[in-house]
Amino acid sequence: MTDLRPEQADFRAQLERQRPYLLRFAALQLRDPNAAEDAVQETLLAALAGEAKFAGRSNLRTWLTGILKHKIVDSIRRAAREPSAGAEPENDADFDQLFRANGHWQERPEAWQEPQGALEQKQFLGVLEQCLARLPAKTARVFMLREHMGLDTGEICKELRITPTHCWVLLYRARMALRLCLDERWFGRGRDKAARTR
Amino acid sequence: MKSMPSCKEVTRLVSEGLDRRLDFGERVALRVHFMMCKGCRNFEDQMQRLRQAIQELSHGEDEHPA
Repeated sequence: MTDLRPEQADFRAQLERQRPYLLRFAALQLRDPNAAEDAVQETLLAALAGEAKFAGRSNLRTWLTGILKHKIVDSIRRAAREPSAGAEPENDADFDQLFRANGHWQERPEAWQEPQGALEQKQFLGVLEQCLARLPAKTARVFMLREHMGLDTGEICKELRITPTHCWVLLYRARMALRLCLDERWFGRGRDKAARTR
Repeated sequence: MKSMPSCKEVTRLVSEGLDRRLDFGERVALRVHFMMCKGCRNFEDQMQRLRQAIQELSHGEDEHPA
């Protein structure tokens, strides 16, 4: 790289400080550390080249996250074109067993307690990440595109070439599975221990 | 939605309501169901909490953005 002007070097240092945040953001969506690194690297390079476009904007992180989202979608699109993609067996999770034949709950959902304090909140988010890791890859991808990246279902359908109905089914499965996982691993801890140790 | 939805159908509607605008009949059916069913009210609250928690995942790491 050629010598940078002082203000360019300063901008680069500011970009570097955002790298850990961006890496975490990308890894949550992509699940693949190498792909996440690549997306962040492309983002920082694009940002360095496009410094002029940033001038006058108030929040560097927001601007970078916007660029990163495009790079992440590019990465997912590229992966979808590879032959192995789509061959993944669909885990056809069925939640029928949660309901009686007449459609009522077998076990009524209990209210979730708020985590108490910052430490407990952090532990809770850790459990949530473990639960996310247990989702089938495609289900997790669709869910995180919706909830983490904030895409609407129309955009998700277009990128992954699935129908809206399929999209809603995958989102439903993801939410049901995460709810069960959190209920079991976090919220259910203090509740009806006797019943669960039978 | 012709008849009153069951709890199972309500869970689908609650989930879809996070992704598309439900039609008038669906919204009324949900409201009526929630009035009578604590389990589904809890479920709905859990879905909102799940959405918030995902938002917090990437922000939890550092409290001091540069």
